[in-house]
Amino acid sequence: MPTVLLIAVPYVAAVLFLGGLAWRVWTWAATPEPFRIPTTTGQQRSLAGIAPSRVESPSTTAGVVGRMLLEGLLFRSLFRNVASGPTAAGTCPDPVFLERKALWLGAMAFHWSLLVIVVRHLGLFVEPIPRVASFVASVDGFFQVGSPSWYATDVIVIVALGYLLFRRVRDPLLRYLTLPADYLALAVLIAVVGSGVVLRYVARTDLIAVRQYTLGLAALAPTAPASPGAGFVLHLLSVSVLLAILPFTKMVHAAGMWLSPTRNQANDGRRRRHVNPWNAPAPFHTYEEWEDEFREKLQAAGLPIEREDGRFQNPQAGGGERGAPPAAQAPLT
Amino acid sequence: MAQQKPDPAQLAAVEYIPPRRGWRDPRVEFRKGTYNHAAARRHLEYLGLPNPRDWQPSDADWQLPANWKQIILDGMKDRLERYRSFRLFMDICVRCGACADKCHFYLGSGDPKNTPVLRAELIRSVYRRYFTAAGRLFGPLAGARDLTEDVLKEWFYYFHQCTECRRCSVFCPFGIDTAEITMIGRELLNLVGCNIQWIIEPVANCDRVGNHLGIQPHGFKDSLDFAADELEELTGIRVEIPINRKGAEVLFVVPSADYFGLPHYFTLLGYLMMLHEAGIDYTFSAYASEGGNFGLFASHEMTKRLNAKMYAEAKRLGVKWILGGECGHMWRVVHQYMGTMNGPADFLEVPVSPATGTRFDHASSTKMLHVCEFTADLIAHGKLALDPSRNDHWNVTFHDSCNPARGMGLYEEPRLILRRVLNHFHEMPEETIRERTLCCGSGAGLGTDENFEMRMRGGRPRAMAVNYVRKRHGTNCVACICAVDKATLPPLLEYWVPGVEVAGVHELLGNALVMKGEHPRTTDLRGEPLEGMGGGDA
Amino acid sequence: MRNRILILAGLALCLAALTWPVWRALASAPAPAPSLARPVGATRCVAPVGFMRTSHMTLLAEWRDRVVRDGVRTYTDADGRVVTMSLSGTCLRACHADKTKFCDRCHDYAGVKPTCWGCHVVPTATGAIVSGPAAPSRSSRPGAAL
Repeated sequence: MPTVLLIAVPYVAAVLFLGGLAWRVWTWAATPEPFRIPTTTGQQRSLAGIAPSRVESPSTTAGVVGRMLLEGLLFRSLFRNVASGPTAAGTCPDPVFLERKALWLGAMAFHWSLLVIVVRHLGLFVEPIPRVASFVASVDGFFQVGSPSWYATDVIVIVALGYLLFRRVRDPLLRYLTLPADYLALAVLIAVVGSGVVLRYVARTDLIAVRQYTLGLAALAPTAPASPGAGFVLHLLSVSVLLAILPFTKMVHAAGMWLSPTRNQANDGRRRRHVNPWNAPAPFHTYEEWEDEFREKLQAAGLPIEREDGRFQNPQAGGGERGAPPAAQAPLT
Repeated sequence: MAQQKPDPAQLAAVEYIPPRRGWRDPRVEFRKGTYNHAAARRHLEYLGLPNPRDWQPSDADWQLPANWKQIILDGMKDRLERYRSFRLFMDICVRCGACADKCHFYLGSGDPKNTPVLRAELIRSVYRRYFTAAGRLFGPLAGARDLTEDVLKEWFYYFHQCTECRRCSVFCPFGIDTAEITMIGRELLNLVGCNIQWIIEPVANCDRVGNHLGIQPHGFKDSLDFAADELEELTGIRVEIPINRKGAEVLFVVPSADYFGLPHYFTLLGYLMMLHEAGIDYTFSAYASEGGNFGLFASHEMTKRLNAKMYAEAKRLGVKWILGGECGHMWRVVHQYMGTMNGPADFLEVPVSPATGTRFDHASSTKMLHVCEFTADLIAHGKLALDPSRNDHWNVTFHDSCNPARGMGLYEEPRLILRRVLNHFHEMPEETIRERTLCCGSGAGLGTDENFEMRMRGGRPRAMAVNYVRKRHGTNCVACICAVDKATLPPLLEYWVPGVEVAGVHELLGNALVMKGEHPRTTDLRGEPLEGMGGGDA
Repeated sequence: MRNRILILAGLALCLAALTWPVWRALASAPAPAPSLARPVGATRCVAPVGFMRTSHMTLLAEWRDRVVRDGVRTYTDADGRVVTMSLSGTCLRACHADKTKFCDRCHDYAGVKPTCWGCHVVPTATGAIVSGPAAPSRSSRPGAAL
């Protein structure tokens, strides 16, 4: 049983992860982007005397790449976050905006720690150990506290996940809008990190046997370790669950965010024509139909018209026959 | 207004405590003052829209078609396959809540379903239930909800409490744009005939007559002639206002409120003065006499249908390019949809200013220019003589309209004009202008009298920012470049910040513009005497 | 559509990167588990082999603390044997005479870089004492890199 578990589970998880990810991205890619709808957060490129915001309102591919890198690596938009604070009493008090970088900081801490941890683990799957993995590990273990020494990211990721969970539970509005699936994502991540930390610092396993096993996984010829220990099995299972559900939950934002049209489109809507592949024809009220209906009034007002006498078309086919005319007076907007 | 206006103190007391009832419960109360009237049967019939009938949102029975549910689900499927934005935004929200207090309707109402995240969840929950494996398997645990009539009513209520201003999309770490979701949501509602009068009536008018107000060609001409008379009285100069003139270089399209509403009308005077002074060979069109596009608030198809007239008319008249007036959603359509929907505009030429020779390459495909871009270029080249002291009775701040701000990036052009025509100009707090600008609370077709309470709630954050500069700098005028702003900011400011007026950028330009051969001005464009007016109330 | 090609290329690149260890492993011979030089003469360690495999670093850290902080120099193991608590003097001299064939083999295999040798001298295989590289004394704690 444990052998089957240790061999089958990670492969099933990997297949679900890679296949699910590919399927999700394919679905998005297969769906057209009919319109050019960037959210412009900076000055457009227009007049020579006005400095354009090349990244916040990019008009070039380089600008878009810059904008996406800022989003993906530094969480630019989240960095904007300010809280609308409590205002003084009265009907129209001063607006209050409070710095609120905690969410940004928490998100950065969590995601970057996760990346470092993944890179550190690369050594388990590749022989010889990639230099980037040992380098990241040595930087991460810089403080050399404890034996085995604590990784900074282990501490940071726990604190960050704790914060992300804490804010969901504490803030009444967030608690109100949080779905069970949101707690599930946090729970799985906490399980992964928690079991990993326990495995390293408390219920250790035979690292040599584990690496034999993980190298075997990578080589598609795995042999399960003889006595992996409960800590390792728990860690492996939680990681497998994380991988397996990632493409099918909100965590797929990792891939999806790069495709967001409000961010990855250049603000060049008037400069270059964006083509909509399904640009469906929308029949509109033509000038001819319009002149046919208003000819006398146009003539009386002395406005130029196309046909001084006679109509463009048979009145039976005209737009004037479609339903009752709308009221002449309508809202002033 | 027939009904009693609510007490501002009452609306200002907003509770931000979510209700005990979970958000998955769809029931809403259509309370007077917080929703819009249903579209009249005749407009739906004229436009050929589904399910025309006499009904109101407050009715218990909405007289939906028997297969309404299938229509909605089919409509969702169709749109999931046609809009990457929609599908992606259904999939990747992590409910981090960064958007929540960025929505002016949430700030003004405290209703959690007015946070962008939950507004989207209203439809996302249905998406999960019918279009994802997790939702089908795990139901509520995965955040899925059945599509019921109550859910549809909830959609109607909350998708008409979103002004599609896109402020949330600035703060969303993934750029999720609630405007996309609201627009699709409204399209779906349109499929079963659940639309509002304030959107559908202007659409019907615009389709048939040429403008939202349904002003027929002779009325349009009267209005422009009247403006010419008024300008002659003000300046001593008779300006030409050509209509439907073939062979002009430029077709000028403005929102119809500019020639029929106040204070929009003063902006029209400003345009006319500028065009005369710059010596532009242009024409209006009575057929394409609407820059705005309420189709945007109904469906993409309707957007395209109304917008098509601009190019059609430009082609018929044989102009070289198109100039567009001060309007918000009009510019969202022109900048982000027009070329795609109704282009390529290969029968037009890249706009070139006849006065300065500037070639506007940023409009080289769509061939349509914003009047602020055009005027800013004139000013930058010193082509306009300006006397800012004629605006000394105004102490001005600038309200970035949502669409030119977040859908275009038009921030500095109007400011360049304002700084040259004003002596007293002060910005509102940074968090409330430019890309973070706060909405008037009445855009996207919500500016009705019956929706008064919700508008005042939604506009309060903007009003607070106006009051901020009023208290510190004595601001008495909010300048803006949007026809909806000009229609809805005055009642908003009167309600929250009495004593602050609203003016178009080109009205203020018109005040300062020294025309060649003009007689000494004694009044501003509003007819207010120029002398003896200090920085106080206008 | 250019856009779609770009996305699929990005996806392919991502999948290739994620499965890189597999390609890498398939292209090269499997790495054998490290074989250790068994101590000559000695048959029992101070703790069971299973414990030493997973947790020798904690035992060594405990020894260090007791010697340096408490001044205790001897350790009595579960069998009542008394040994001097010294990495260089006991472990390396009495049993694992060649560090490179014992400590290093596993540490290198697992990518673990203990900091013992910043302070402790390494006896050579012949028994001579060779100084380790000079290093700050604070890094006397064994560390592991995974």
